[in-house]
Amino acid sequence: MRTAAKAVQRLAGLALVFLGVTFVIYLAVFALPGDPIRALAGDKPLEASTVAALRLKYNLDLPIWEQYWLYLGGLVKGDLGADFKGRPVLELMASRWPVTIALALTAWALEIVIGLAIGIVQALRKGTVIDHGLLALTVLASCVPVFVLGVVSQQVFGVKLDWLPVAGVRDGWPASYVLPAGVIAVFGLSAVSRLMRGAMVESLSADYVRAARARGFGPGRVVGVHALRNSLIPAATYLATDLGYLLGGTVIIEGIFNLPGVGNLLFEAIRTHEGPTVVGVSTALIVIFLITSVLVDAIHLGLDPRLRRA
Amino acid sequence: MLDAQIPEPAGAPEPAGAARLTARRRAVRRWSFAAPAAALAALVACSIFPAFFAGLFGHGDPRDCDLHLSAEGPAPGHPFGFDVQGCDVWANVVFGARSSIVVGLMATLIAVAIAVALGTWAGFYGGWADQVVSRLTEVFLGFPFLLGAIVVLNSVGQRSPWAVSAVLGVFGWPTMARLVRGSVRSVRGLDYVVAATTMGLSGRRIILRHVLPNALTPVLILATISIGAVIVAESSLTYLGVGLQPPAISWGLQIAAGSRHFQTAPHILIWPSLFLAVTVLAVIMIGEALRTALDPKRAA
Repeated sequence: MRTAAKAVQRLAGLALVFLGVTFVIYLAVFALPGDPIRALAGDKPLEASTVAALRLKYNLDLPIWEQYWLYLGGLVKGDLGADFKGRPVLELMASRWPVTIALALTAWALEIVIGLAIGIVQALRKGTVIDHGLLALTVLASCVPVFVLGVVSQQVFGVKLDWLPVAGVRDGWPASYVLPAGVIAVFGLSAVSRLMRGAMVESLSADYVRAARARGFGPGRVVGVHALRNSLIPAATYLATDLGYLLGGTVIIEGIFNLPGVGNLLFEAIRTHEGPTVVGVSTALIVIFLITSVLVDAIHLGLDPRLRRA
Repeated sequence: MLDAQIPEPAGAPEPAGAARLTARRRAVRRWSFAAPAAALAALVACSIFPAFFAGLFGHGDPRDCDLHLSAEGPAPGHPFGFDVQGCDVWANVVFGARSSIVVGLMATLIAVAIAVALGTWAGFYGGWADQVVSRLTEVFLGFPFLLGAIVVLNSVGQRSPWAVSAVLGVFGWPTMARLVRGSVRSVRGLDYVVAATTMGLSGRRIILRHVLPNALTPVLILATISIGAVIVAESSLTYLGVGLQPPAISWGLQIAAGSRHFQTAPHILIWPSLFLAVTVLAVIMIGEALRTALDPKRAA
């Protein structure tokens, strides 16, 4: 009963966030200066009648809240609207999702494997040269903007060493995805390793780990089961949230490596004032983001039994 | 009282070793504050007196360009080489410090102001104020990375450092607001605040005199670190073409230009990137040093 009430409350909160974010995006796209119809025509002036027809078709003459209301009505029917050339936004995205998902999941896997490994090694070798060296390396790497890493690694591994394709997706997974995913993962994996190190250091000195040692469990079981599981919460929270960002926030890397993903579509749409596409893609990204935030809750419940009782 | 009766642990000669360790640790701590502080001081000096520092190598004028020298490497008097327009790279990097630091500070100040105002309101009064602020925070946390800033800035015609700072600040406050709300809530229940309330002091006076001074430390630490994040965000926006615009001089613009010519003239990209990375690193280290010094839980 109580859990059900909590779940309803959580869902209502999510719905509110969804409405809030989409409305702000809608306002930013359609209420700020910059006429999308004029931008559509480029340098040539459009005929007044054409402009009027287009404005009517895309409801641009209605008050902003009424436009937004119509947009929500379409959403309920599973319609994300159409861009100014008349193509449905859902269709525009369809061919691009596989690229973005492959990129995001590859980057995510690298963050998990490398980030957790670095954090655990640091915690086990706390205070040694290895610990400090890895810390310095991860902090330094996360200070360099992602696009600098992208451009440099493209030149080094793609052009100079010729190990991996420079750009595009022609070589498929994994060849075309390893380099961009690695660049994206650098920032996340340094965050993961720091969270993991902190939590792991704390649990290694906790009573339940001492108890496990006292009961004669080997170091593999003590570290791998008792300490690891309880240290995973901060890193897992970060990783779940980060997957949401990765699925939507790879605009820069998709641009540098010329990957035809959703981020690329979104950015092109923003630059060309393709309002409906911007709003449609953003809506999809927000939905993904909200789903990952529910995922975070689930992870917490799964890893921390104390929360289940509360 | 009870502690006094507990005998000293067996390892009696420990103190000498412990003292040496703390001395070493103190030295590390001192350096991990002094080094980034010195780097930041130098950068702030660069942004206040760019002409002086730019003049250390070459002619020191970022706009004195010669297309004959386009993308040339180091030359006598110009050890950092020239960019694509034939401008001195060193002079540009030094003059670029100002916009990066101004944007970093301004955006963080705006974000902190919003966060403190809303977080205090929500944390101190609770109830519907808390509901409103919490929902608003969730909405602003719901934007995918930089998306909000990109969409808004793309609609803004003239993107001055002020406009970029304002937009980054408006999208940067939610995490800090949550932090302020939490610490205000924990302070609100403490005896001296209850006492002040009983004495009939006004809400405003209690907040300003009793609550805020005791609740601001965590957000100040986070704000310090976020200066670095803002500087990176500014350069990312500029790289995407929705940040600062020429004729402004900024690291973001230099990195964006340099990345197009990295294959033939890597120095154009490397110097501004290096300055940016060092700035961000210094800011993060200062933040961590502040955390160690001010946060009793982390100090141990």
